[in-house]
Amino acid sequence: MLILIRAVIGRDLRLAMRRQADIVAAMFFFIIVVSLFPLGVGPEPDQLRKLAPGVLWVAALLATMLSLPRLFAEDHRDGTLEQLALAPQPLGLIVLGKVIAHWLVAGLPLVLLAPVLGIQFDLAGDALAVLTLSLLIGTPALSGIGAIGAALTLGVRGGGVLLSLLVLPLYIPVLIFGAGAVDATASGLGAQAHLSLLGALALGGVFFAPWPTAAALRVALE
Amino acid sequence: MLEASNLECVRGERRLFADVSFRLEGGEMLYLQGMNGSGKTSLLRMLCGLTPAASGEIRWRSQPIGKLGETFRSELCYLGHHNAIKEELTPLENILSSARLAQESLDEEAALDALELVGLHGREDLACRYLSQGQKRRAALARLVHEKRALWILDEPYVALDRAAIQLIAGLVGAHLQRGGLAVLTTHQAVAVPAAAVRELWLGADDATQQRF
Repeated sequence: MLILIRAVIGRDLRLAMRRQADIVAAMFFFIIVVSLFPLGVGPEPDQLRKLAPGVLWVAALLATMLSLPRLFAEDHRDGTLEQLALAPQPLGLIVLGKVIAHWLVAGLPLVLLAPVLGIQFDLAGDALAVLTLSLLIGTPALSGIGAIGAALTLGVRGGGVLLSLLVLPLYIPVLIFGAGAVDATASGLGAQAHLSLLGALALGGVFFAPWPTAAALRVALE
Repeated sequence: MLEASNLECVRGERRLFADVSFRLEGGEMLYLQGMNGSGKTSLLRMLCGLTPAASGEIRWRSQPIGKLGETFRSELCYLGHHNAIKEELTPLENILSSARLAQESLDEEAALDALELVGLHGREDLACRYLSQGQKRRAALARLVHEKRALWILDEPYVALDRAAIQLIAGLVGAHLQRGGLAVLTTHQAVAVPAAAVRELWLGADDATQQRF
């Protein structure tokens, strides 16, 4: 089982490395969206500090949306998805591997960029740490939940817009607890409750979402 | 071993075929024929379990394939219209990674041998997007060399191949049948598979589906 998941991750990472433009585009999108806010809102430190968690989290959601359509589309187009569906293992496990690979390629870079971008918003050290931690815990949920939407809109014309309409509402809890964690630290309440709920969402997203995703993929292949 | 009874295929509003039944034993090949749009690919996808049949049943070793699930899929080798080849990877990486995903044990030596047999010697380390259509098809067909599966379902395996490669594939199918394997294939090219017990099935464009045994 672990060998299979590792094989899927290895393959997807190798493919991503051969097509780095996709990763770089999503990262630059994240950087630019986040950087536009201080320019647009003005250099008032108090205001920026208040805005920071929400802006970074919303930008992370949008950057994830940018990479989601490609999660299954390429495999669908070249027939690999058929072969994966006919592999003698549960399709859900293969999807789990693909979700983990998607997070490594699309989620982890956002986590690593967040502390640097947070400085633009004059965030204090502990707030920066909590922001990064909340993204680290929360972004796997984005990949997991997003996979369901990506599978449901597979092969649909104009699927990208439909995917956003479908998935962004489902991201709301992750956004609330993710951004809320930073606010809670800033107001001295402690972020533990928010982070725990975020962790629960991430576990649910990563380990339960692959099964409905697999079912949706089988329907798409009919 | 493979048994289909009263299969019916409905695509949209149209009924492509109905009452298709056949039985295939080890060492036999089913040669599926019909005009464009008569439902050959749909029937093959049904046999794999990718598309559910509108009615009827498919049995493998006298058990319904839906119930067998992974057991059936581990004995199945399906080659569709698409090559399932990643353009960014080399033929060698493609064959190794798809073997790993299917949990077939395949070392690099055996993979190189398979690629050499299908005539990709010297192209092992070239990204597949630089290969011609026929070479990509050859890379996809390399699976037939190293995988040991009982049931081969091949959808137009000869498309884009040159004459030598077609003979090679026909030879591989023949050897597979001699080992007691089963094959179902569609093609518009009349290619004789050596020493094979061939059954033919015609899918008519109208509802009258004829069978010749």
